[in-house]
Amino acid sequence: MTLEATLPDPLAEGAPPRGRSGGAAWALWLARRLGLAVLTLWLVSVVVFLATAALGDPVRAILGRDYETNVARREQLEAQLGVGDSIVSRYLDWLGGLVTGDFGTSLANQLPVWEQISSTVANTLVLVLLSALVMIPLAFGIAMISAHFRRRRPDTVIQTILLALAGVPEFVTGILLVALLSTSVFHVFPAVTISTLDGHPWDEPKGMVLPVATLVLAVTPYVSRIVRATLLEVLDSDYVELARLKGIPEAVVMRKHALLNAIVPGIQVIALQLAWLAGGVVLVETLFAYPGVGKQLVDSVRNHDVPMVQALSMIIAGVYIVVNLVADVLSILLTPRARTAISS
Amino acid sequence: MATTTPDAGQGHEVRATTGLIIEDLGVSLTGREVDVVDDIDLVLKPGEVVGLVGESGSGKTTVGTSLLNYSRAGAFISSGKVLLEDRDVLKMHWKEVRKLRGEEIAYVPQDPASALNPSIRIGKQLVELQQLRGIGTSESRLQAARDGLAEVGLPTDDEFLKRYAHQLSGGQVQRVALAMAFLPKPKVLVLDEPTTGLDVTTQKMVLDTMAELCRAYGVSALYVTHDLAVVANIADRVAVMYAGQIAELGPRDTIFANPAHPYTRALLDSIPHLSQARALKGIPGRTPSPGRRPDGCRFNDRCAFVVDRCRQEVPELRTVAPEHEARCHRVGEIGTWDINLGTVPDADPEKPRDVILSVERLDVFYGRKHVVHDVSFNLAKGEVVALVGESGSGKTTISRSVGGLHKDWTGDITFEGRRLANSARRRSADDRRRMQYIFQNPYLSLNPRLSIEQIIKRPMELFGLAKGKEATERVVELMGQVALGSQMLHYPASRLSGGERQRVAIARALAAEPDVMICDEITSALDVSVQGSIVELLEGLRLERGISMLFVTHNLALVRSIAARVEILQAGRVVEAGSVVTVMDTPQQDYTRKLLSNSPRID
Repeated sequence: MTLEATLPDPLAEGAPPRGRSGGAAWALWLARRLGLAVLTLWLVSVVVFLATAALGDPVRAILGRDYETNVARREQLEAQLGVGDSIVSRYLDWLGGLVTGDFGTSLANQLPVWEQISSTVANTLVLVLLSALVMIPLAFGIAMISAHFRRRRPDTVIQTILLALAGVPEFVTGILLVALLSTSVFHVFPAVTISTLDGHPWDEPKGMVLPVATLVLAVTPYVSRIVRATLLEVLDSDYVELARLKGIPEAVVMRKHALLNAIVPGIQVIALQLAWLAGGVVLVETLFAYPGVGKQLVDSVRNHDVPMVQALSMIIAGVYIVVNLVADVLSILLTPRARTAISS
Repeated sequence: MATTTPDAGQGHEVRATTGLIIEDLGVSLTGREVDVVDDIDLVLKPGEVVGLVGESGSGKTTVGTSLLNYSRAGAFISSGKVLLEDRDVLKMHWKEVRKLRGEEIAYVPQDPASALNPSIRIGKQLVELQQLRGIGTSESRLQAARDGLAEVGLPTDDEFLKRYAHQLSGGQVQRVALAMAFLPKPKVLVLDEPTTGLDVTTQKMVLDTMAELCRAYGVSALYVTHDLAVVANIADRVAVMYAGQIAELGPRDTIFANPAHPYTRALLDSIPHLSQARALKGIPGRTPSPGRRPDGCRFNDRCAFVVDRCRQEVPELRTVAPEHEARCHRVGEIGTWDINLGTVPDADPEKPRDVILSVERLDVFYGRKHVVHDVSFNLAKGEVVALVGESGSGKTTISRSVGGLHKDWTGDITFEGRRLANSARRRSADDRRRMQYIFQNPYLSLNPRLSIEQIIKRPMELFGLAKGKEATERVVELMGQVALGSQMLHYPASRLSGGERQRVAIARALAAEPDVMICDEITSALDVSVQGSIVELLEGLRLERGISMLFVTHNLALVRSIAARVEILQAGRVVEAGSVVTVMDTPQQDYTRKLLSNSPRID
């Protein structure tokens, strides 16, 4: 039963968007969102800097017993870190470097930070991207099958498997995959990725299979369950009922009428999951000896390599923000109501 | 569609169809041997519109979708035949059924706001079926869509075709749904309350369009509704359903002039008239749900004419007159029915008024948008003032401003001579207590997790009127006043029907011992019979307690029966105001006349 809206709905009454002002409205909206993203990134930089500064004196930690004896090295490190300066000026120096693309110099081996992390960042991004390419269609496909058979046997089986996969830690899944496909049962894929100093892990495509498979298995259950839940809700809606009563074949009802309206929560979960993967899944990287961000971050923390930790944290935060921004834009583009609200 | 003008009926080829025959249709709940509907026999002749009328829960929608071999989750079609040109729709393979839907039997859904897909453009949804079936070329399909829109009186330009459902008004969406149903030129049309929730002008337009199209194309239609007044204007025959069975069936004029079944009479008694005030009556009790239906005649526990036989023997449909059947043991024994039964004198326009609330020069804004312009009216003690208008006329906005729920307004709202603050938060506790607001939708205005007792007790505790055992006693007393049994005290709100919920909402308002109640479309989400009983209740409260009411509605007939004064609103301005008798008998403005002529009526 329909009721009149209690508040007059500006969308319902307003004329539909006109082309001219629509573009400007979009640009304004995007500019505002980008501004917010930059603001968030700046706040993250403050938090990261304060957190690393609060860790204590890195020079003492790095040099250990040599702190008292090796004065030359101590002074060199202290100069590099600017220990004498106030925290504000150190922060501003560091921030200035970040803005100009200078991530500083590693304390551990005196090489520029960017040189060391650029390849691991690329490795991780490729791993995440490959996993996403496999995971997204897989998760949506499973969700559609599951929703189609709602609360009947195939749905129950799928949901049980997904829940089990979600419950098992991702490194356990990885170990099982290794045992199944690499060591004990079959010997199809290598158990570890081998990368030379200059090369990338994907130079040996076979080596990518197991890490990607592990991440896909780790993330798919979440996305699939959310999309299924939304799909079930949409399948109960009046417009799906009307589509069926109109004589639209069930496959088309599912693809065009239902999925299109169930995709947005899926996108939000995918974004969160991808950002989480980009943060580095240390255990998985360790398991497959994959040279990724997570492993490098753990090593840097252990070495008290402050500039490395800061740089990696900022990059991870950046990926989070970008991925979520993209997800928000996609969500709005896929929701006509929200889309027309912006352009009008 | 070759022509674009709907009135050129002779231009269309009126096909010789055999209509649709429903035989012994039954729908049951899966897992339990419980009938939702049973023993339905109905014939839709070619070009005929049959109204299927009943309260919520009577199974009328279930019958409607069964014609397309569709049942909602949890139910299945258990018996019977639906014959379309000697083919049984219920025996068809599902692939044939999908093909038949839309092309031969089409469906127009109930809820205009949620029935169109929010992410597909109107133009695409219109031609979707043709596209999937590969009918015509993309140009011919587009042209057909434009012609279809023209027939229902909508724009046909590209800009309109590119719109989404949320960019249309309720009436436009409903007409798009109608155009969509007619586009494949079906032989049979099932309309499921397509005008519920629309204001009278839009409703009239949709109904007229539908009737014209049915006549022009020789389409048989089943029109499902809870409101007899609506079918009075469009149906050729009327079937009244109660508790899953047809209670009475006959030609329209017979049903309205000589209703034979007590249930039909009770439904007619609950309908307000435009020409004269009536003491509206509801039907006591509620429609029994499947599995809880009484033995014997299913209506026996609510019937005014019940005898022992009704409780023991199941009645069959009996022929009262040619083409007129009723399912009642006492057909012929219960006298005749008169449409003027229950009419009462209109509210006296000369009655002295003691103004309690006055609104002066009210202007209301939503942000920069000026929605209500210079509205002034007042409300006397023990009086009902109705705010009437189409959707978007600002009637709810005014009532929200008076109630302090919307604070972006200028002007003066004075309560017993004191000017009220803009927002309810800044009004004194006593002012807030004395003015209570009842919302339109009882499904949303009660917290589903609280018990009825907690809901009604809340205002007493809030305003310090009573607490503990004393409060519980008063809750029971209030529930008695709104005709709810005290066994419901600990029910959660989610267990109640719409009418019962609205009674709880009224009891909650009464718990604060108000002097003014603002009733915002409080019956428009309810069945007509429930509306009758709510109006009966409000009238009793007004007489006993002298409560004043601001009654917001789009239903002019209802105004005649409940209000003393009426303010007709259009686009945020009062266009006509005065006593109900004066305004409705001698309307001065075209707009008022238009509203009156568009209102469905049975008198």
